[in-house]
Amino acid sequence: MSIGLLIFVFILAIFLGVELISKVPSQLHTPLMSGTNAISGVTIVGALTAAGTGADTFAAIVGTIALVLATINVVGGYLVTNRMLAMFKSKDQEQK
Amino acid sequence: MTDYTAVLIDFGYILASMLFIIGIKMLGRPERARRGNMVSALGMLIAVVVALLECCLSFSLVIGGMVVGALIGVIAARTIKMTSMPQMVAILNGFGGLASLLVGWENYHSSPDGNSFVIFAIVLAVLIGGVAFSGSVVAYGKLAERISGRPIFFKGQKVVNAAIIAAILICGVLFAWSPTATYAYPLLIIIIGLSLFLGVLGVIPIGGADMPVVIALLNSYSGLAASAAGFIILNNVLIVAGALVGASGLILTGIMCKAMNRSLANVLFGGLQTAVSKAGTDQVQGEPSPISPADAYFVLEAARSVVFVPGYGMAVAQAQHAVKEIGDILEENGAEVRYAIHPVAGRMPGHMNVLLAEANVPYEQLAEMDDVNPIMDSVDVCVVIGANDVVNPAAREIESSPIYGMPVINADQAKTVIVLKRSMAAGFAGVDNPLFVKPNTRMLFGDAKASLQQLVSEFKES
Repeated sequence: MSIGLLIFVFILAIFLGVELISKVPSQLHTPLMSGTNAISGVTIVGALTAAGTGADTFAAIVGTIALVLATINVVGGYLVTNRMLAMFKSKDQEQK
Repeated sequence: MTDYTAVLIDFGYILASMLFIIGIKMLGRPERARRGNMVSALGMLIAVVVALLECCLSFSLVIGGMVVGALIGVIAARTIKMTSMPQMVAILNGFGGLASLLVGWENYHSSPDGNSFVIFAIVLAVLIGGVAFSGSVVAYGKLAERISGRPIFFKGQKVVNAAIIAAILICGVLFAWSPTATYAYPLLIIIIGLSLFLGVLGVIPIGGADMPVVIALLNSYSGLAASAAGFIILNNVLIVAGALVGASGLILTGIMCKAMNRSLANVLFGGLQTAVSKAGTDQVQGEPSPISPADAYFVLEAARSVVFVPGYGMAVAQAQHAVKEIGDILEENGAEVRYAIHPVAGRMPGHMNVLLAEANVPYEQLAEMDDVNPIMDSVDVCVVIGANDVVNPAAREIESSPIYGMPVINADQAKTVIVLKRSMAAGFAGVDNPLFVKPNTRMLFGDAKASLQQLVSEFKES
């Protein structure tokens, strides 16, 4: 894939991110932050490759540590966000 | 690998990116947010499965690493208390940053002969990931009160920071110039070390009350680090997801800064110093009038409309359930009850909303500052719980005040204000608060939770 194309994708995604977030009510700021934090754990994809294809033992160790950390970020991030969002209830839900 | 699998892999990553975008979109609406989070988690699952198809000479390490990480993640997410949520978000963010740093390192270690674009991306991933990691660890320490929440300054801090940034730039250029030279590997290690150091120095001068800004900013960094990692392994899903997170973190940072009427530079480089030095010159004149729980009960009992303004003190006292209890009693008593939330109340964006949600306060009762201020003069009683700077009328009235111009909740315009407070100490910004000595203000001293429980029992006895 050409480098220019990758940068193009990056710039478009930045603009998309700005558009997506700019109108979020403040009550959702924490879940939004921890939810996007979980998404930033997408580096797990890089860590998988690093752990699975390392050139030597050292590379495999570094890659595996990266994988463990990224997995904690992803799994912990999504679960914590889900736990918080489960608490947000509207009035009707509360009465049920 | 046949062409067929390559196409499948591409489509898998495109699908994952789409699910991230849809998920973030849904996170912005209260009624859809939970499903949005699941949609984005599904995207992550697809990305991981596709990556497993693509990668891996040895699966034992990969599966082992994921199992260990998932177990730690599940346990941490299940056991963490809601009041500890700011530090949890901070440390998870740090892990993501460190993972990106290590991905960069591993890639250089395994193939130091990449083209200069990849080498540049490695420097970026290591730098941004390193700052995100060590910065988040310091933020975690401050939020968990393992280290002092006070800003830490030392002489020549800005010079040191500038020197570190310059050193990183020089090392980065030398490294990218000839990544296969013998001195290149040590240079990368130096860059890693300096980046970690920079993250620490960047966060220690920032005080607890400015934490919402820093957490949002660090969140943005870990996204950008993931994006940089995507440029290393030439993977679109990392680039897209990382950029989305980077952008959203920056937007959130901007919202937080705006809510404090301060520039990002002012937050990052010690605007508080000036605040502390100025505070002594503007002594607020007057004596606060205390009130007993029994008298506070009579005031609240007669009120037709009540607004609660929570602050960090509510989180410290873990008083959210007591607040909800008294709110329910007042509603049964016929009063209209609302909760007014300042965007930077607490230690992370939306901190108060999470705590009140934990106490089962329905989100319709939560009002944003801009909605509640116009009607404040028709409110009978405004109850301020452990909030200080965010209700300080000096921000409107006293031009010399360091927080002058910051948008605040106009609690003082309510007919009566009851302030629940431990003592007369100044708020985090070290600024005197004229609200406490206004004629319509009554101070209910003591632990917020204990005071509220006393009020509840007053209502029950009558």
